[in-house]
Amino acid sequence: MEQMSGSVKQKGRYGKFGGQYVPETLMSALIELEAAYDDASQDPTFTEELDYYLRDFVGRETPLYFAERLTKKIGGAKIYLKREDLNHTGAHKINNSIGQALLAMRMGKRKIVAETGAGQHGVATATACALFGLDCIIFMGKEDVRRQELNVFRMELLGAKVVPVEKGSGTLKDAVNEALRYWVAHVEDTHYILGSALGPHPFPRIVRDFQRVIGVETRRQILEKEGRLPDAVVACIGGGSNAIGMFHPFVKDEKVALYGVEAAGSGIGTGLHAAAIAGGKEGVLHGAYMYILQDEDGFIQEAHSISAGLDYPAVGPEHCHLYDIGRAVYTSVTDEGALAGLRLLSETEGIIPALESAHAIQYVAELAKGMRPDEVVVVCLSGRGDKDVQTVRDALGGGTR
Amino acid sequence: MNQVEKSIRSCVEQGRKAFVPYIMAGDGGLGSLRDKVLFLQDAGATAIEIGIPFSDPVADGETIQQAGERALAEGVTLRAVLQSLQSFKKEVKPEMPLLIMSYLNPILAYGMDAFVQSLRESGVSGLIIPDLPLEESGHIKELLTENGIALIQLVSLTSDQKRMAAIAEQSTGFIYAVTVNGITGAREGFNESLATHLQSLKSISPVPVLAGFGISTPAHVEQLSIHTDGVIVGSAIVDAFDNGDTARISQLIEASKTKMRAAH
Repeated sequence: MEQMSGSVKQKGRYGKFGGQYVPETLMSALIELEAAYDDASQDPTFTEELDYYLRDFVGRETPLYFAERLTKKIGGAKIYLKREDLNHTGAHKINNSIGQALLAMRMGKRKIVAETGAGQHGVATATACALFGLDCIIFMGKEDVRRQELNVFRMELLGAKVVPVEKGSGTLKDAVNEALRYWVAHVEDTHYILGSALGPHPFPRIVRDFQRVIGVETRRQILEKEGRLPDAVVACIGGGSNAIGMFHPFVKDEKVALYGVEAAGSGIGTGLHAAAIAGGKEGVLHGAYMYILQDEDGFIQEAHSISAGLDYPAVGPEHCHLYDIGRAVYTSVTDEGALAGLRLLSETEGIIPALESAHAIQYVAELAKGMRPDEVVVVCLSGRGDKDVQTVRDALGGGTR
Repeated sequence: MNQVEKSIRSCVEQGRKAFVPYIMAGDGGLGSLRDKVLFLQDAGATAIEIGIPFSDPVADGETIQQAGERALAEGVTLRAVLQSLQSFKKEVKPEMPLLIMSYLNPILAYGMDAFVQSLRESGVSGLIIPDLPLEESGHIKELLTENGIALIQLVSLTSDQKRMAAIAEQSTGFIYAVTVNGITGAREGFNESLATHLQSLKSISPVPVLAGFGISTPAHVEQLSIHTDGVIVGSAIVDAFDNGDTARISQLIEASKTKMRAAH
């Protein structure tokens, strides 16, 4: 909305999206964080330390893998998988958690709060906290606790305290609310490791920068393997952290098409989905101006997706801007489609993707089919599917077969 | 001078301190809004803050969250609240300012221009938006000022001197001094440095300073009125209405009058 622009002091805008819509109590922490991050990002010792942990602890760089059997089966463009599932803890989330934990310590904060949906960000943050000896409290919606009980146990093994959130829909949105409330009350000695490219400035920028490694590596790897840039890059979108990390280094390469895949749940038409760009309106949630699933009175609606990690009713501000200027295309895949994508990759490549990533896989299968064999598409395989096996078994109605 | 500031100043000039109760609109049904407003007016409130329920109230604690959920379950919306206020505004005295407390998103969904127009028609003279810090308030502030409606800004314990000065400069009606790091709701006590913080804020503020968050007993009301122009009481009022304990509300309001008068 035009009405939100115009003030000279506004910060962290992506076009009209983003900003800092938070209680005053958090403003000083955001200002401190911005200064600390500006300082850190200019400091070679910080970058070297981060690179060290990403390499020797996380296991980067991750491979860019040519999915030959999948490519043959689809019969269109060459499909490459960016293997973020091979990171330590099984998803891209660790890139950001390590970065922000280092940043927290730089600010002298040794207590961490975080939210988690699928549990991947929670596990990644609990891991970073164990690695550096930081206190860690994780808020997780009760529905997600149920869907991802192994991840809850994993976080607890890593020494984190997991607090189930009973309120609202008991999913990621409600976990963010509680994490924000906790942060307001403990802001003086606690850093909030936000897990997606969301929230008030400077979080969308910090999370994007820590996830940019995905796209930076991909760009170099595809140039090595194919001698040229890809024709298309695809990633799934909940809040949008793996996608913005993958897209950002390609944004200026206008010939590279960017596709973000939202979760269409039971179908956009049913109202039971998590596709904020396809089905949302502009508004403010959790500190930022974004596309949000909301009713006509501005109340936030519950998101629905089989994938806990995409079950969020908004999309990060930079994606909203890329959509608005037409630089990236945002599409969606249903629960059913994601399950098909998961089976497809499992059967053709021997890789069980996370349900989140399975949305992107399914879309790539459609996209590549319509492309020529000499064209190249890269999909971000943001996480592995071990955590989802139970959910998938329930959904497929299968047992031991 | 805006009606909000006028009423607070007039109260302080008479040797009392301001008392601003908060109620959740539609808690107990929207029909109860009129009764609550008129009760608080008769009980001696200086102004009345009317909360709009929201699906994601990140600045609120359990009590107000639950009141909000009760109101949402009644189907209460910003639009319905403003219509209700309009229906009984003639019964509200002109010197009794009504304030709306709403998170930003329902206001955006309403449409900013239409919202400000409706505030006027409903006789509302002040607005509090807990998720709108100074940096983001420019345009709304302009619109409200053109229409004679105050935009009450919050100052927190974490706001440094520079921010405090900038917020004091921009706030109209009064400054809402948040007395704790945290969300709304009852507490045992307050940080030791709070008095210094409030004094410092009071010394630089061109508008009255009212303290709020965690004020739940007559003793709190007295304690926090010493260094300020008065208090805002939310969760304790919401609780009292929910329990039908209106005598409790009168006690809280009395605490803002008697002791102060004795102190002068």
